Amino acid sequence: MKKKSAKKGAAKTSQTDFFRLRLYIAGQTPNSIAAIANLKKICEDKLKGKYRIEVVDLLEKPQLAKGDQIIAIPTLVRRLPPPVKKIIGNLSKTESVIVGLDLQPAR
Amino acid sequence: MLRTKPKAKVARIPLAKARTGIQGLDEVTGGGLPRGRVTLVCGRAGCGKSLLAMEFLVHGAIKYGEPGVCMDFEESEEKLTANVSSLGFDLRALSKQKKLLVDYVSVERNEIAETGEYNLDGVFIRLAHAVKAIKAKRVVLDSVEALFSGIADEAILRSELRRLFRWLEDQKLTAVVTGEAGAQTLTRHGLEEYVADCVISLDHRVTEQISTRRLRIVKYRGTSHGTDEYPFLIGEDGISVVPITSLVLTHKALKDRISTGISTLDEMLEGKGFFRGSSVLVTGTAGTGKSSLAANFTRAACARGEVCLYLTFEESPSQILRNMSSVGLDLSRWVKKNLLHFNAMRPTSTGLEGHLAVIHRLISQLRPSVVVIDPITNLVSVSGNYDVKSMLVRLVDFLKVEQITSMFTNLTFAGDPQERTAAAVSSLMDTWIVLRDSKPNGRPRRELYVLKSRGMAHSREARELIVSERGLELGIVLRDRPPATTAEGTSAAAAAK
Repeated sequence: MKKKSAKKGAAKTSQTDFFRLRLYIAGQTPNSIAAIANLKKICEDKLKGKYRIEVVDLLEKPQLAKGDQIIAIPTLVRRLPPPVKKIIGNLSKTESVIVGLDLQPAR
Repeated sequence: MLRTKPKAKVARIPLAKARTGIQGLDEVTGGGLPRGRVTLVCGRAGCGKSLLAMEFLVHGAIKYGEPGVCMDFEESEEKLTANVSSLGFDLRALSKQKKLLVDYVSVERNEIAETGEYNLDGVFIRLAHAVKAIKAKRVVLDSVEALFSGIADEAILRSELRRLFRWLEDQKLTAVVTGEAGAQTLTRHGLEEYVADCVISLDHRVTEQISTRRLRIVKYRGTSHGTDEYPFLIGEDGISVVPITSLVLTHKALKDRISTGISTLDEMLEGKGFFRGSSVLVTGTAGTGKSSLAANFTRAACARGEVCLYLTFEESPSQILRNMSSVGLDLSRWVKKNLLHFNAMRPTSTGLEGHLAVIHRLISQLRPSVVVIDPITNLVSVSGNYDVKSMLVRLVDFLKVEQITSMFTNLTFAGDPQERTAAAVSSLMDTWIVLRDSKPNGRPRRELYVLKSRGMAHSREARELIVSERGLELGIVLRDRPPATTAEGTSAAAAAK
């Protein structure tokens, strides 16, 4: 799987509480910038480091929109742990994000 | 003193159109769909809108060198592939050749959680990417209604759709958008409000087990269009639309003549025969020789090297060939030379419009100079008299514009020979030949007379029609019969009462 972030590959930690999230944006629009900021905040609060965020800018890589069937921007996809979940919007409604992505880390 | 320039004449730039390549549609739209604009095609499920959209793309790519992109929102890869293969093409092959590209956009049925502001840039980016990949000039969005079930915020969706249609126009792409018919509105979600330039509606009705399809141009800005419904057919090569060729009677009356196939009959018609491009009606009770007359007329035309189309609604072509050879008419020879083409149709196999569409297609393929329809009687069984007349008006009109000489046979019933035919069709016909049999002095004989023939001084005498293995001939004038007049029908009916 392609990695967009600069961080190195994850160590083989238990899959159950390590979140891989991919955020699709289309250029540095106010909505997209807000989404990135909101996402970082929510992850720090709820996942305490056990997460990796990939930001995919579809203006640069339009061919990646098909794979995850992206229609709306921004779209956030939870790739790991399974099951895959998808939510749309700039992530300003924190509760919706948590519920939509099921962000409670497993105990 | 200010010298002002003389006012420049405002040039009337004709609206540029993109040909669809769909049989008949380019005619009824005056050249195709508006270029660089969005056309909305709406109708209920199964009416043919996806097929129309795909045909527009496929012909665009193959015939007109304009590659096309289809954004499919309905998860219908199977249907799209089937539609394209019904047109004789392989979708995957076309993709490889960069002529056609399909992006299957999955709009999830269960609502995706919305966590704040968003737009539909994902669709724009995918579409732009596909268009760029094959340098597309045409786009199909099939069908946009599907987005309404997946995107919860309708306000955002509608605003994005408006933006999308504007984007298509900015990119100078000619687009077809399909929409599902609504109960009260043209489309379920009122898409017609966003489409300013062209809206086409498709209808599919089943009445008395016969299915008929109709196309209507609801709106076409900048083009004068009829508001009629045009019947269409979905056949082997896709959609065929049957145009009404002239709303005004502008076909040229030809002066040339064409032989009837019987020299004596030609003599009865000023010695020259029918007018080329005219319509001829042959009526008579059963067994009076109508088909033989038609077949003979055809034979004569083929012998002159003219292409003929023989449409049969009652007998099979092989029956006709066999029957005619027993009266000395060898038609199979002309079939072999590709001058005579038969087409057999069951009157109930499709609605009248279906027949009309098939006839149109045959005529454009074969370009005959003579068309025989034998008989038209059975078509009445398909629908009421009014519908038959309406179909015949279109057909006769079309044939005259194409300058095709046509012959129609019609069965009449003893005791009411002329009346029914008169009501249905005689006014459309330029020449009307009546056949009948009688048994004067116990000897049966067939009779022929010309009841009317517009534009010429025709003989009104009745003659004996002799049908033998030598073919058809007209015998002597029958003195024991009064001369034919159009009032005969009425007087015969009155006498029968």
